[in-house]
Amino acid sequence: MNFKRLVILLTLGWLGLFVLLPHLLVVLTSLLTADTSHLAVYPFTLESYRRLWAPIYAGVFWHSLWLSGVTTLICLLLGYPFAYLVARMTPGWRNFMLFMMVVPFWTNSLIRTYAIKLILGNKGLVNSLLLATGLVERPVQLLYTEFAVIFGLVYILLPFLVLPLIASFDKLDRNLLEAAHDLGANRWQRFVHVVLPLTMPGVVAGCLIVFLPAMGMFYVSDLLGGAKNLLIGNVIKNQFLLTRDWPFGSAISVGLILIMALLLYLYYLANRRIQRKGGLHDEAL
Amino acid sequence: MTGSTILELSGISKRFDTQEILTDFNLSVGDGEFFTLLGPSGCGKTTLLRLIAGFDRPDAGQVLLNGVDITALPAERRPVNTVFQSYALFPHMTVYENVSFGLRMAGMDRAEIRERVGEALEIVRLGDLSARRPHQLSGGQKQRVAIARAVVNRPKLLLLDESLSALDLKLRQQMRIELKQLQRRLGITFIYVTHDQEEALSLSDRLLVLNNGNPQQIGTPREVYESPRNLFVARFIGEINVLDARIDEDLGDLNYRAAIQGVSKQIHADVRFEVGDRVHVLLRPEDLRIEYIEDAPSDRNGFIGRVLERNYTGQTLDSLIALDNGLQLTAHEYFNEDDPDFDYTIGQRVWVDWVPGWEHVIPAET
Amino acid sequence: MMRLFKWAILGLVFAYLYLPILVLVSNSFNASKYGHQWMGFSLKWYAKLLQNDALMQAFVHSLTIALLAATVATLIGTLMALALYRYRFVLKGTASGLLFVVMMSPDIVLAITFLVIFIALGVQLGFWSLLIAHITFCLPFVVITVFAQFRDFDPNLLEAAQDLGAGEWRTFRWVILPLLTPAVISGWLLSFTLSLDDVIISSFVTGPDYEILPVRVFSMVKVGISPEVNVLATLLLALSLVLVTIISVLTHKRNPQS
Repeated sequence: MNFKRLVILLTLGWLGLFVLLPHLLVVLTSLLTADTSHLAVYPFTLESYRRLWAPIYAGVFWHSLWLSGVTTLICLLLGYPFAYLVARMTPGWRNFMLFMMVVPFWTNSLIRTYAIKLILGNKGLVNSLLLATGLVERPVQLLYTEFAVIFGLVYILLPFLVLPLIASFDKLDRNLLEAAHDLGANRWQRFVHVVLPLTMPGVVAGCLIVFLPAMGMFYVSDLLGGAKNLLIGNVIKNQFLLTRDWPFGSAISVGLILIMALLLYLYYLANRRIQRKGGLHDEAL
Repeated sequence: MTGSTILELSGISKRFDTQEILTDFNLSVGDGEFFTLLGPSGCGKTTLLRLIAGFDRPDAGQVLLNGVDITALPAERRPVNTVFQSYALFPHMTVYENVSFGLRMAGMDRAEIRERVGEALEIVRLGDLSARRPHQLSGGQKQRVAIARAVVNRPKLLLLDESLSALDLKLRQQMRIELKQLQRRLGITFIYVTHDQEEALSLSDRLLVLNNGNPQQIGTPREVYESPRNLFVARFIGEINVLDARIDEDLGDLNYRAAIQGVSKQIHADVRFEVGDRVHVLLRPEDLRIEYIEDAPSDRNGFIGRVLERNYTGQTLDSLIALDNGLQLTAHEYFNEDDPDFDYTIGQRVWVDWVPGWEHVIPAET
Repeated sequence: MMRLFKWAILGLVFAYLYLPILVLVSNSFNASKYGHQWMGFSLKWYAKLLQNDALMQAFVHSLTIALLAATVATLIGTLMALALYRYRFVLKGTASGLLFVVMMSPDIVLAITFLVIFIALGVQLGFWSLLIAHITFCLPFVVITVFAQFRDFDPNLLEAAQDLGAGEWRTFRWVILPLLTPAVISGWLLSFTLSLDDVIISSFVTGPDYEILPVRVFSMVKVGISPEVNVLATLLLALSLVLVTIISVLTHKRNPQS
């Protein structure tokens, strides 16, 4: 057994056992019947998938979608200009910025979400300021609202959108902007006709990294949202860890995977369109 | 040279994707030779080198080193070393570490390595640079390190892939001389790959001209230059004038009377021809003789033409002459400083002839 | 006008990112429990943390997992990058695809897949399930980082090594690995960060025997305020900054030219 064979075996073995097989098992589980003691048993059934359409779950689904959607939008509005600015900095500043963006990650996400609680709570920072300046007379209910959940989600996920976007801006050929300028396009036109279309793959990638995960972040909604602002992640967690309805939980996961596949396909299309028309330095992810 | 064969390729075929680069290729290289593979880009010379080094396997055929079949032997086990076109020096190692790499892989002990490396660096004249790193070296120095790294292992065969092409002209010419001296001194068989025919002629003991994977001619530089086997070789090496002719009469002793562009002349060939054969009469530019019309004797039998261009190159006077029938000939004549009239004006009419016997005749190619 | 806008955006985003951090750090020294009023500098919460055995243990557990997972993921990931770059083998495309799936999947989906496989394999939920899960989700990031560095390689270097007698292992050991060092270090740091930051996957694949930070903290903060958590956050930050500084210094010492 030589080195080369060992490496290939390791690669295929690990990925097969801990990635491929698990995914197949989840799909399998979604087709089984629920059982509280054995988690999932034969016979095969599509019952779990049928239950996906039940009104209560549909409600959560759409609400989740809404929350994730708004989160993604806000991340874009904040992140796109931010990435644009960072990409244009000199390497020294840029690395510093990237470093500064990574630093918060060294405290666990849960702890950071807790910090938001400190800020938005009735006795928290914001309310203390508002009361102290006399803008309000009683504390404003910020926690356990949609606002709080979105605030939290954006907080956690913003860096994940910014980083691929910066990479996308990097690939932009400066010469194209100069050419457009030379041909008479003003700042706004250059943005609309050159920058925006060519960074679209980066935008889609960023959305992918924000939109779906947002739906799964049950801890944000647990800490900041309360019972009325559940995310799909909360439902999945409950099904697996509380209700122990594994087939149903698996079915929801499969649903998420399918949505992800759809979004990836859109990403692929966006990329192909760009590549065929040219304009980037090298191939994207 | 010891006279024995050190490398033999027999029946080698190699294809990449759908393209057949080499088909049933055979070659023998003698021990101690400086052998060159010469040809234009894409002719298969680099492929051959890689097959000999062991980076690629042939689809068919055998590679024999000193009679031993090494076709299945991986590159790291062959007693063959390569000097790469890009030098491929390990950037994270010093010159010493680079040169000693092969010896370290072979498990040699430290003292012996030190001695061998010192020796190799002396040979390429880089003795005091052993602590430097590749990025601190000039192109010529990197070249020498690459050579030292290869020869320190005392390989049976040294392969050089267009090694001098990255250097500027003066350095190249200097390195050529050094390379030739190095080979003589080491006695190792060199197989050199290049597309530069001048380089091939000046360096090689023998060379092989390749085109599209097909061997065109193999021989000493002189044989290849003076007696090209076909038009490709004739044109690829140096400049050539090609005159189409037809054999009219067999005069015996390989002498023939031929009709060349309407002029009947006696020519000498190296092979037999039949009456009626179409041939090419090949003449190097330095074989031609130009004469003023007025100065020529009246019974002159030759070609008349008009001077189109003339260039003084310092060593020679180069002329481009258009014959009456439209064919253009190139002539290089050594400049004779004693003859003040030795120059031509554009448009001047001249006789074009050559030294009898200096022509080279090959069968016509359609 | 544009400059104003530029500074506004940068300022806003940074304020957003760092305000919670600052709140955590400052409150860790705040004598007041609730933090909305500064009641004096105090280290009492630090003392309280050190006495909180359960939390300290969870902290150590998380750190251990992060260090181990980062190291193993970097090892395996580097070898995977080598395989994908250099070797040709069956199912190579599948391997790339699987790595891609891991990277793009939302944590919750990955968490489920891990839970299912561990139960199916009979692996008890605890240290090992946690470690394997963390290693796996860090892999794609290591692979991408190392693979990118491969692209800058002069392919002739590998052939030169071979030409001079080095087989696969020795080429890797003496030529490839040294030149990959910056990417390997980046990969390690990235993995360490991701592992320490993880909440969702850890929640699913851990067991009662091996409690980790997110689980412990969650039970503490679900109900109310817990100042020890502030202290923890501050310590984590400090620790990580020290770690990164050490690594930077070490790499600069090795490569004074870079």
